[in-house]
Amino acid sequence: MPKGFACRNAGVAVASLVVASSLIAAGRAQTNQYGTSLDPQNFTQIEQGRYLAVAGDCASCHTVRGSGQPFAGGRPIETPFGVVVGANITPDRETGIGAWSDELFLSALREGKGHGGLLLYPAMPYPYYTKVTERDALAIRAYLNTVTPVHNAVVSNKLPFPFDVREEMTVWNSLYFKSGEFEPDPKKSAEWNRGAYIVEGLGHCGACHTPKSTLGGDDNTHALQGYALQGWFAPNITNDSERGLGGWSIADIVSYLKTGHNPATASTGIMAEEITLSSSQITDADLTAIATYLKSLPGQTGAAPAPASAPEAVAAGGAIYADECSACHGPDGKGVPYLFPSLAGSPNVRSADPASLVRVLLEGARSVATAGEPTGPGMPSFAWKLNDDQAAAVLTYIRNSWGSSAPAVDPHQVSQARASMARMGQ
Amino acid sequence: MARKLPKKDVAIIGLGWTGSIVANELTDEGLDVVAIERGPWRDAPTDYPTTFDQDELRYRIRHELFLRPAQLTFTFRNKMSEQALPIRSWGAFMPMNGVGGGGVHWNAETFRFLPSDFVVKTHLTQKYGANFLPADMTIQDFGVTYDDLEPHYDQFEYLCGTSGAAGNLKGQILEGGNPFEGPRSRPYPNPPQAQPFSHTLFAKAARELGYKPFPQPSGNMSQAYVNPLGVRLGPCTYCGFCEWFGCGNYSKASPQTTILPVLVRKSNFSYRTECEVTRINVDGSGKRATGVTFVDTSGEEWEQPADLVILAAFTVFNVQLLLMSGIGKPYDPVANQGVIGRNFTHQTISDAIGFFDKEKFNFNPFIASGSIGMIIDEFNGDNFDHGPLGFVGGGYMGQVQTGGRPIQTTHVPPGTPRWGAKWKSAVRDNYLSTVTPGTGVHGSFYSYRDVYLDLDPLYRDRFGRPLMRMTIDFHDNELKQNAYLTDKFAEIIKAMGANQVVKQTRTGHYDVTDYQTTHLCGGAIMGTDPTTSALNRYLQMWDVPNLFVMGASAFPQNAGYNPTGTVGALAYWSAEAIRTQYLKNPGPLVHA
Repeated sequence: MPKGFACRNAGVAVASLVVASSLIAAGRAQTNQYGTSLDPQNFTQIEQGRYLAVAGDCASCHTVRGSGQPFAGGRPIETPFGVVVGANITPDRETGIGAWSDELFLSALREGKGHGGLLLYPAMPYPYYTKVTERDALAIRAYLNTVTPVHNAVVSNKLPFPFDVREEMTVWNSLYFKSGEFEPDPKKSAEWNRGAYIVEGLGHCGACHTPKSTLGGDDNTHALQGYALQGWFAPNITNDSERGLGGWSIADIVSYLKTGHNPATASTGIMAEEITLSSSQITDADLTAIATYLKSLPGQTGAAPAPASAPEAVAAGGAIYADECSACHGPDGKGVPYLFPSLAGSPNVRSADPASLVRVLLEGARSVATAGEPTGPGMPSFAWKLNDDQAAAVLTYIRNSWGSSAPAVDPHQVSQARASMARMGQ
Repeated sequence: MARKLPKKDVAIIGLGWTGSIVANELTDEGLDVVAIERGPWRDAPTDYPTTFDQDELRYRIRHELFLRPAQLTFTFRNKMSEQALPIRSWGAFMPMNGVGGGGVHWNAETFRFLPSDFVVKTHLTQKYGANFLPADMTIQDFGVTYDDLEPHYDQFEYLCGTSGAAGNLKGQILEGGNPFEGPRSRPYPNPPQAQPFSHTLFAKAARELGYKPFPQPSGNMSQAYVNPLGVRLGPCTYCGFCEWFGCGNYSKASPQTTILPVLVRKSNFSYRTECEVTRINVDGSGKRATGVTFVDTSGEEWEQPADLVILAAFTVFNVQLLLMSGIGKPYDPVANQGVIGRNFTHQTISDAIGFFDKEKFNFNPFIASGSIGMIIDEFNGDNFDHGPLGFVGGGYMGQVQTGGRPIQTTHVPPGTPRWGAKWKSAVRDNYLSTVTPGTGVHGSFYSYRDVYLDLDPLYRDRFGRPLMRMTIDFHDNELKQNAYLTDKFAEIIKAMGANQVVKQTRTGHYDVTDYQTTHLCGGAIMGTDPTTSALNRYLQMWDVPNLFVMGASAFPQNAGYNPTGTVGALAYWSAEAIRTQYLKNPGPLVHA
């Protein structure tokens, strides 16, 4: 922590010079096109902005981890259409956003329109950030003004043709983008509204957890009901009792977001990074609000998932489970609270798309270590030990045991996952 | 020419149990700490995962986790008159390499020494007279007492989640625990582990013979546990692969499962692996350590300056680094002068194997953990009258069988052919109905003038440095002790109902090829007199006050217990002295 403070203080000093040399202004009214007008010693606003930048997980895309250069951009972001690189959002005037007016900042954050009307790709989650209030957005700007300016020219658009043509975003926006700040529902509690504001706005949970169209737009009829990306399945985070968070209490959700662990499960993969950079640093009040909102979403209704009709695979899988899995996850599939995930009753285990299960089994996984839960236990790789049939069988077994039912995992899915992992350089 | 790194507050040599404990304590104090470890980083999911950690060939027979003698070894001889030869494959003990040190491969027996063990010279002299001790025996008091260490034993047990039954709670003797133990301030953090059939049967037989058996205190978890640092361990599955193996299940206490997850999160802690410290540097006065020099795998030499140096390697390497750095006066057994290398000891182990009727006894020996077992302490330390026996010291004994691993659990009754169909048939017939405790009698090894460590005059390592030379043999006192204890032990095995009991009494010379334990002790011992000890009671070098030496190298002699509990307690004790005394006023903490 002392390191973080030192950087930030240095950033404040440099940014103050930058601001002082351009223009002196105290409020938004005096903003002009040559830069920010936010008060560089409005502590309350800057601190609020820091917190919101954490809640929005800006660093995930805009900071190369381990670079020591917060928000200087350069991190490649994998999308189904190709690679987009996170922009430099430090106050550097040439390569960052130091010369941007506050209006331009607001327009980029909330409308997806950058410098000179350049259309941003929705890898920058402006379809969610549009719900952020102007006050909060400006607080983020005020905070970003204080970080160390880094001269780092970033070419964001590394997409292949035809996706590299930014003008196409006009069409995309007309299909999928609805501009407008979050509107509280007066019939709901303040806590629920706060949760909805974070989940639908800055938190941009739907970016991973909401199914997408072939063009990458949200399928909002199934909001937050799970989506496959980057070789993972971001699970259903509605209150769905079968495949969502129905079995979790509000405290379970808060513990998961805060520490990466709860009695039922442990976080790994992309979500582990989110927890490290963002939700582990969010206040308990906001985490409770998020949980309250998620628990209010009914999710999918209808028939329970069909069980696998593969008795041989289930029998073989049971034997493999006893040999290879039960030492940690237990003969009853319940694991050890906060240490080894419970497979019994797990929405991830029952999920329609077994991508995460296949991946964890093959690659192994390291759960996230946080201040609250420092252990960070890991699971070893089974890729070398189980062949495709065996891996599919044991997954089919756990998907159809201890009260769960879900379609069988096809050995072909395992072999495809192996190929995909090989491509990703595993 | 070594390249110089930026100075640190503290440089720690070795990142095993003691290095991790001291690093955690001193980083809590706000100091900037670097640990330099000779071996690789190690962790359960990658280095000894459940997918292959139960591999006897890989870990036990081929020594996967241990230091490769080609990198560094010792020379060995029994007597001062002999030519020592290099050890080319480990036998009597297993030097660890890598992060976690011996804490990765240990069985996790977590004992406290008896209060009298710390003042053994005074105690035995007062009780039996000075002439009762052999003339060449060089035992000494530790300079620290059980009462000094009690809070730190407690700290280490709660760090580890030790499973056990208290026998003496604040002076009150409790049924089911060890009635001979020193008073403990609170119970063990976890209840004892479950005991398999043969272990339970041993306890029953011992009880019927009038002894008070108790469960061996275990760093294998009897249930899920979260330690005071917030680190979690899972329940032991009794897989029977602890000893020489890492635990892939997070159920054996190790630096990895108790302390490193917290340590590595700290911004004032860093570590370097695969970096071998070759020297502790001292200034011109020789009274102040200035840091350490180490070599990386590229052969590049680096100097790490530091205000405080903590030597936290394995016993023999601690002594070797002191000798190679010219710190402290080397021990000379002829002149009986000097301290570095003095009072080197090991352990006196034996066994008794019981063959039972296979129709009546099925022990399922594969159900076990590293420190499972029912033991008795009637013959440990001075818990029994040595007067008529003509020896001192003792040990615990018990059914402590750690598994039924296929390669080495092939005991057959005497008279069985050593190979072929009849041997196979005998293995099959006896596997389930044989009691093979392994280290059934776990005896003390007291110190002698001619058992010591020094630099070998002939053999050198890859850097051209002399190898460490071990001169070690059993003395009559230990052999008598072992014969007496092994007889007593065999009586209990017989009373369990064995058809045949084969005693494996320790006889003859110390054999460096025959595994006993990895409990090498002494060589840089603690004490109250700088002419006979290297360290004061806080593990601080008498000669170099900004150098502290952790580990069992500080034991003036070895008691009849596994050393790790005492090693952990001493590390916390020393770290507390550094935190509360040394940092306020850096200098000698004891003026002799």
